[in-house]
Amino acid sequence: MALLEGVVFAVLLICLLFIIRLYIVVKSGPKYKPGTKGPIAVLVVAGSGGHTTEILRLMESLSAAYTPRHYIIADTDRMSEEKICTFESSKQHSDSESQFTICRIPRSREVHQSWSSSVVSTLNALRYSLPLVFRLRPDMVLCNGPGTCVPLCVAGLLLGILGMKKVLLAYVE
Amino acid sequence: MKTVFVTVGTTSFDELIERITSPEAVQALKARGYERLVLQVGRGSLLPAADSCPHVTLEAFRFKDSIADDMKQADLVISHAGAGSCLEALGAGKPLLVVVNDKLMNNHQLELAKQLHMDSHLLYCTCSTLTETLTTMDLSVLQPFLPGQPKNFANFLDKALGVQ
Repeated sequence: MALLEGVVFAVLLICLLFIIRLYIVVKSGPKYKPGTKGPIAVLVVAGSGGHTTEILRLMESLSAAYTPRHYIIADTDRMSEEKICTFESSKQHSDSESQFTICRIPRSREVHQSWSSSVVSTLNALRYSLPLVFRLRPDMVLCNGPGTCVPLCVAGLLLGILGMKKVLLAYVE
Repeated sequence: MKTVFVTVGTTSFDELIERITSPEAVQALKARGYERLVLQVGRGSLLPAADSCPHVTLEAFRFKDSIADDMKQADLVISHAGAGSCLEALGAGKPLLVVVNDKLMNNHQLELAKQLHMDSHLLYCTCSTLTETLTTMDLSVLQPFLPGQPKNFANFLDKALGVQ
C-alpha cells in the first residue's frame, strides 16, 4: 500500500514539475535572442500543398543569418521536396555554402482522416519527431499550421522543458 | 479562345470536376463566350478525356511542375479554396471563382474564401451552386489583389530574435 502511495506521489510530483517547467519555458520565450550569438538554425515544417508554397514565400525574405535550414516533410508528400530544392538552389549565396537538409517523418494526419485515428497517427509521428529534433537542436521551429507541425512543435517544447536547448516556436497563420 | 482554367491544387475534388464538365455548366460557360476548358485534377479519380465535352475544347491533367502558364492563358480561373491556388491566381491578376469543398474538416478553407470575397478579390460558391453562379456572376466587381510583403515578416523575426 505504501509503495502504491509512493508511486502515485512520485508521478504527481513529476507532472507538477513538468507543468512548472512548461510555464517557465513558455514565459521566457520572448526574452531569448539567439540572433545575438550567431547564425540561427531553423527547422522548417513543410506541410502539403499550399502550406509549403507559403512557408517558402516566407523563407525567401529571410537573411543569410538563418542557417542551417532543416526542412521536414511528411513521408507521403511527393511535391514538397522538389519545391524546396528549387527554392534553395535559387537562394545560393556566392560567399557561403548552401546549408540545408531535408528529412521525412510519418504524416500526422491525412485529409479526411477521423479525429480519433489522427491522435494515434500523430503519436506515431511524435515517435520519429523526438529523436530528430533532439539531434538537430534548432534555435527555432517555423511552421504555418499543417498537422505535420504538431509533433515537431511538441518535440521543440520538450527540448526546452528538459533543459537541453531553448527552442523558439514561430507559428505563422 | 476564351479559356477557363480549373485547379484543385494538390488535393482531390471530384465533385468540382464532375460539376464543371456537366452539360449545364458547360452550357453556362459557352453562353459567356468561353470555348476552352483546362482542368487540373490533382489526386482526383476523375480525369476526363479530351473529347468528353462537346462544344468546348477540353484538356485535363493531374499535375505540372508549374501552372503559371495555364494561369497566364486563362480568362477565368475556377479554383478550390486552397490558399496556394487562390493566391497564385490572384497574383496572376485573373478573375477568380472559388468553389468551396464543404466536405473538408472544419471547412477551414472557407475562412480564407470569405475574407478574400469581403475584400472583393474573388467570388465564391459551392458545387451545388456552381452552375447558377456561372450563369449570374458579375466579374467586373472584382478588385486587383496586391501581393503581400514578406519583408515585414523578416523584419519582425529579425527584431524578435535579436539578429544584428
